[in-house]
Amino acid sequence: MFGLSKTDTRFLLIVICLTLATPILLQPFPEGSGLAQFNAGYPDLMQRFAIFGIFAIGFNILFGLTGYLSFGHAAFLGVGSYSVVWMYKLLDYNVLWGLPLAIVVSGVFALLIGIVSLRRTGIYFSILTLAFAQMMFVISYSDLLGRFVGTSITNGETGLQVYTSDPQVLLGATEPNVPHLFGIVMRENFWQPNIGGWEFTFNNGYYFCAVIAILAFYLSLRIFRSPFGMMLRAIKTNQTRLNYTGLNTRPYTMAAFVISGMYAGLAGGLLAAMDPLAGAERMQWTASGEVVLMTILGGAGTLMGPVLGAGFIKYFENIFSKINDNVLHGWFAWMPDGLEDFIVTILHPFVGKGWHLTLGILFMLVVIFLPGGLVEGGSRIMHFIKRDRKAKGRDPEHHPEHIAYVAEKEEF
Amino acid sequence: MDAILLQVLNGLDKGSAYALIALGLTLIFGTLGVVNFAHGALFMIGAFCAVTLSRILSFSFEVLDETQKDFLGNPLKVKTPYVESWFGPEVGASIIDWAVPLAILFSIPIMVAFGFIMERGLIKHFYKRPHADQILVTFGLAIVLQEVIKYFYGANPIPTPAPDAFKGSFDFGLLIGFAENAIIYPYWRMIYFVFSLLVIGGVFAFLQFTTFGMVVRAGMADRETVGLLGINIDRRFTIMFGVAAAVAGLAGVMYTPINSPNYHMGMDFLVLSFVVVVVGGMGSLPGAVLAGFMLGILESFASMNQIKSIIPGIDQIIIYLIAIIILLTRPRGLMGRKGVMEE
Repeated sequence: MFGLSKTDTRFLLIVICLTLATPILLQPFPEGSGLAQFNAGYPDLMQRFAIFGIFAIGFNILFGLTGYLSFGHAAFLGVGSYSVVWMYKLLDYNVLWGLPLAIVVSGVFALLIGIVSLRRTGIYFSILTLAFAQMMFVISYSDLLGRFVGTSITNGETGLQVYTSDPQVLLGATEPNVPHLFGIVMRENFWQPNIGGWEFTFNNGYYFCAVIAILAFYLSLRIFRSPFGMMLRAIKTNQTRLNYTGLNTRPYTMAAFVISGMYAGLAGGLLAAMDPLAGAERMQWTASGEVVLMTILGGAGTLMGPVLGAGFIKYFENIFSKINDNVLHGWFAWMPDGLEDFIVTILHPFVGKGWHLTLGILFMLVVIFLPGGLVEGGSRIMHFIKRDRKAKGRDPEHHPEHIAYVAEKEEF
Repeated sequence: MDAILLQVLNGLDKGSAYALIALGLTLIFGTLGVVNFAHGALFMIGAFCAVTLSRILSFSFEVLDETQKDFLGNPLKVKTPYVESWFGPEVGASIIDWAVPLAILFSIPIMVAFGFIMERGLIKHFYKRPHADQILVTFGLAIVLQEVIKYFYGANPIPTPAPDAFKGSFDFGLLIGFAENAIIYPYWRMIYFVFSLLVIGGVFAFLQFTTFGMVVRAGMADRETVGLLGINIDRRFTIMFGVAAAVAGLAGVMYTPINSPNYHMGMDFLVLSFVVVVVGGMGSLPGAVLAGFMLGILESFASMNQIKSIIPGIDQIIIYLIAIIILLTRPRGLMGRKGVMEE
């Protein structure tokens, strides 16, 4: 089905089911119980899962397949957001106009940056993309483009937003003045059942993002399985050898860069589709670093990894950072007082505001011990449970296994 | 003429910081072949060494002074730093006042030890891994270090003043024969520049004129052969890592009076110093220093009002612009060697 092999079809169907059932799956604890704070089934967070999933999937097409480590991908995210908000300002609040434009504009930017950056490889490529992204950040943060044109383009540090004085030529009298798709308002919930204490929220915006995320995932699956994807992997494995065989790798890397730029633009556009704002801080290099973290944490070069990584980081960012000392005391209340205080003191730096510390440590551990990310961790556990019989008879001396690193993962 | 000289001088302090950080980065890259994204964090830790020392020096005890009363009529609590009670008020006060220069001595062992631990504990395991992995793990380390500092020192910048003797500015123009008040320059920036020249000179002299430095240079050229000659090159490279960490730390210590240290100052400088290293040419020490000063000075020229009125905002993007131009016209950077980092 869908031009995929049987296993891939099954995989895709599972992913589709999981994505559509997210509002239920992420709400495992009943409202009012002590664990309810771990519920992640609220619209804002679920939208972020889908959007950053798309962002990470796109980044993975570049980094996971070709091995080109871009440190400036957030620039495309910002470009996408700005395009969508501009469409709000000029036409109306229908997201349908903005999103294609976001993809096209970020694709054009990716092409221009790619022409220059892809002339170099390795660290030089990273630095070039970083330089471009940082430049675009500064330009939009201080609205330099606007100074040339005379009117504000990015609205500087305030961020771009819609004002009542904007033209909005298509705006009808009955149209909602929040982002919507032909009248379906993004921030509204179409169903909010309360079943025996469990509260589920089915949000228009989330399902809109989810459908797009599934399409994006399907596209990346096709790319992974295509001869084009094969070529990209060959570039990662040994670009020099490819060049020696008389093959020009530039069009391939360029295509990968532009595709992943478009993914980032789409994600940025969706961010603005959920919340009609676009700020320059989305383009800062720390935001680019975040998508790198997501991809590697999940597993670079794997299909599911980046999505898992994105979900993981966004989940922790929202849930872990809410845990404070009171919550900790609540958890360990069953312990003797001295021990309780001791454990809370130890855990204190790692939760709440300090969750970045946890993230950093986790990231280092993954890079050091688990180069394949969470996906590899999962498959190792599976192997451990299944106890591969064949492997036992194998002589490690004569069948040495290739040790994979983050930057050169080969399997899917 | 004096306006041009003023801009050159203004660029020197930032240029010195860039040069020092880039020098350390290049030392690590040239010896160990590791791209160290945590180098900005080392710069920051150096700065916080100065903060720590000034806090340690002003540890005080409280005495209830019966002769003085506060507005409620209770005896006033008088805080006296321990240093002042040990060495007498005048010497003690001047020791506290000189905390930043004293932190140079304080920070060197800390930074060297830190470098050793970092190299032996973490970086050592990444020599054979791809550069991307090295970037990633050191990037993770940078996040961790930054968050640890944030936890202990808070998120706000901590003002750490220079000694009173070096506060304020002096008329540099008068010294070299310009009109009065043409070039007013802060003392501390001049000191920072001279200090960085000393450090850079020291590192170069160490590499050029000592046997140890000679071996290190030989190891940079061909690590394997030096190792085959029976020299423990790994240990020397570890020491060089410590030296590089100390250089970054010293740059941070002396930078505190110019810019109050906060936990993300390292990241801010890191991006720019990487640009500096790439512009100078990966693996070239003189290139790093040259590019550091050059970019610092160009940045200050670009922030002149006359230039800003022609191209608004050029001061903020000039470094990146120059980096892009240089990387495209001279792929190895200004003084890069052939065959370094070229897959």
